[in-house]
Amino acid sequence: MNQDVSGEKTLRNTPCGQTVTITRLTGSGAVKRRIMDMGLTKGTQVYVRKVAPLGDPVEITVRGYELSIRKADAEMIHVG
Amino acid sequence: MKLALAGNPNCGKTTMFNNLTGASQYVGNWPGVTVEKKEGKLKEHKDVIITDLPGIYSLSPYTLEEVVARNYLLEESPDVIIDIVDATNIERNLYLTTQLLETGVPVVIALNMMDVIKKRGDKIDIKKLSEKLGCPVVETSALKGTGLSKLIETALSLAKAVEIQPIVHKFAADVEAALTDIEGILDGVVEKKNLRWYAIKLFERDEKIEKHFKFKADTRQKIDEIIKLCENQYDDDSESIITNERYTYIHGLMRECVKKRTEQMTVSDKIDRVVTNRIAAIPIFIGVMFLVYFISVSWLGTIVTDWTNDVLFGEYISGWATSGLEAIGAADWAQSLVVDGIIGGVGAIIGFVPQMLILFILLGILEDCGYMARIAFIMDRIFRRFGLSGKSFIPMLVASGCGVPGVMASRTIENESDRRMTIMTTTFVPCGAKLPIIALIAGAMFPENSWWLAPCAYFLGIGMVIISGIILKKTKPFAGEPAPFVMELPQYRAPGAKGVLMHMWERGKSFIKKAGTIIFASTVVIWLLSNFNASFEMVDINDSMLASIGNAIAPVFAPLGFGDWQSSVATITGLVAKENVVATMGVLHGIPDATEETVALLQSVAGSFTVVSAFSFMAFNLLCAPCFAAIGAIKREMGNAKWTWAAIGYQTLLAYVVAFIIFQLGSVFVLGQPFGVGAVIAIALIALIIWLMARKGYDPSKNRSLSAVEARN
Repeated sequence: MNQDVSGEKTLRNTPCGQTVTITRLTGSGAVKRRIMDMGLTKGTQVYVRKVAPLGDPVEITVRGYELSIRKADAEMIHVG
Repeated sequence: MKLALAGNPNCGKTTMFNNLTGASQYVGNWPGVTVEKKEGKLKEHKDVIITDLPGIYSLSPYTLEEVVARNYLLEESPDVIIDIVDATNIERNLYLTTQLLETGVPVVIALNMMDVIKKRGDKIDIKKLSEKLGCPVVETSALKGTGLSKLIETALSLAKAVEIQPIVHKFAADVEAALTDIEGILDGVVEKKNLRWYAIKLFERDEKIEKHFKFKADTRQKIDEIIKLCENQYDDDSESIITNERYTYIHGLMRECVKKRTEQMTVSDKIDRVVTNRIAAIPIFIGVMFLVYFISVSWLGTIVTDWTNDVLFGEYISGWATSGLEAIGAADWAQSLVVDGIIGGVGAIIGFVPQMLILFILLGILEDCGYMARIAFIMDRIFRRFGLSGKSFIPMLVASGCGVPGVMASRTIENESDRRMTIMTTTFVPCGAKLPIIALIAGAMFPENSWWLAPCAYFLGIGMVIISGIILKKTKPFAGEPAPFVMELPQYRAPGAKGVLMHMWERGKSFIKKAGTIIFASTVVIWLLSNFNASFEMVDINDSMLASIGNAIAPVFAPLGFGDWQSSVATITGLVAKENVVATMGVLHGIPDATEETVALLQSVAGSFTVVSAFSFMAFNLLCAPCFAAIGAIKREMGNAKWTWAAIGYQTLLAYVVAFIIFQLGSVFVLGQPFGVGAVIAIALIALIIWLMARKGYDPSKNRSLSAVEARN
């Protein structure tokens, strides 16, 4: 399960304007729970809306609402 | 009877609470923590108490707010939970609902913002939703005040119902099987209505719940086996399995009950396209900030503050008090106490109130309309580099006008450690009252060429904010849990006047209360000290107890270059209000009614300072403990004495260290004095600061649980 394929697609390197589906979440405990609590669970569709003017964080649309997420955290979200 | 109000942040909960309770509110803190607790009596049903739970997304064990909420629900067992669900964001809002339904407390859903849904042309099948969730659902609009009486009616009749509200929602068969097995173990151990709650929490390996049970080793192993079996089936950890299951369930519910019109650009989307546009965002942001600053600090704020200080307190109230006291023949000391001590001291602080109220209105509007979250979105990148969050920007900006509202503006930062850090560092930014100090030093020491001193003071303040942020973030109390910065960006909407005003009044009131107690007492003490000698005879400030204290503590300031008693006394009176530093210097140098522009004072000050010691004196007074009003605000926002003292202690210590370094190294390099022990210590201190900034710091992941949450249990 924990094979970390380098160059795997995460929410961090998804370009703006794309809709992707979450395949897997890394991390554990409070951080992972918080991200999932916000509705970012496996199989969920995410639309990458825009990047903040200074390049971080990213604004995404998930489950019909807007969410701001730092790139460092977006890296934990693997997408396909 | 007790009702609990629960819901996500931004779901209209506060508006609902205000509508339901009217003016009968009590604001305090949850026991032992700094999370705000609001209670009120239900309008027309004075025997019903409504508790407003903190706005939360989940009932996880990881944040203070969530732990407070779930402890309340389980331990205080309210009669009914009113769960406010934002209909425009129903999918994520129902996630909390599924958890509330498991607590064993009957739930009624207030499906809020239904007016917006109808306007959009979306449809929600209320009847089916209620059936599927197994609890009553009432359509409401907190903003327009509709549906409230039906909501209350439903909640009250639910409270009187005898039978337990059954938990209808189910997860996938494998998960249900595991839960049933755990329920079997718990049967007879916990109350029947709480069975599912505890089973799920044990399944999630919730440490806080596990601690409640004193299971034997074999029972614990049995539960562990059940969980592991399921985890292997799903190839995921049990906590994530449950979260996934909840959302899967809700997603199914959405398909059955909610019909959305085809995706279209809402007005909010259109606004957002412009406001956080890559190119336009920063200019718009600067424009908005300029407006906030201009209205609350420069223009309207100054007008009202000057009026309250100079006219209301300066002329009318002290005038009336003086003539009133003279008329009844009060003694000189009594007149002085009332007019100079109390009215002068408290007035200086109350003077800030109108300005603060203006600022709170503006902040309330920014928050209400949804722009506050965008400020954090835009500024986050810069501020998190030194351990603050994007929302720290507003307090810092406001603090350049006045530290008191600056500290209070930190209220909008949800993350506790970010908030505390902001409160601790925000008064480093030079406020309006510190400008006379800068002007005095500039005029006295650098009469020819003084333009650079003011920018220098600002750089010093901002530099200290940055250095403190980096240093403090590495200490244990601030490292905290590595909480991800996931922040909802709510829909833009027109702010409601009523909500904004109530907000303003609530914040303003708490400050006025403080001004009436702690700040009042402190100013009276300073007055006593500066007007009496040790045998309680009324004397000139030169012979007062304050002068003796100044003499006694002057040696403490000697290494900073201003070891004369006048400077020490001026520093102490600066605690009442920083403007006092200049006035006190005037009195002590024998120049009455001096301002920072009085030539005689400038000459006298120039005679008693060197360039370096003057700069050190200025630095110390800019950075050390702020005025009593700001300390009062810090106390209010920190919520406890320990953190307040920690903040003030840190500020004063840092001020001392910085002034020490400036004086010692300045003496060597600017004045060309020999290199001595002081300079060596100063260099060592610089090295220490650099080390504190560069070290790896406390790593919270080695000690998983959140210390603040831990402290409560």
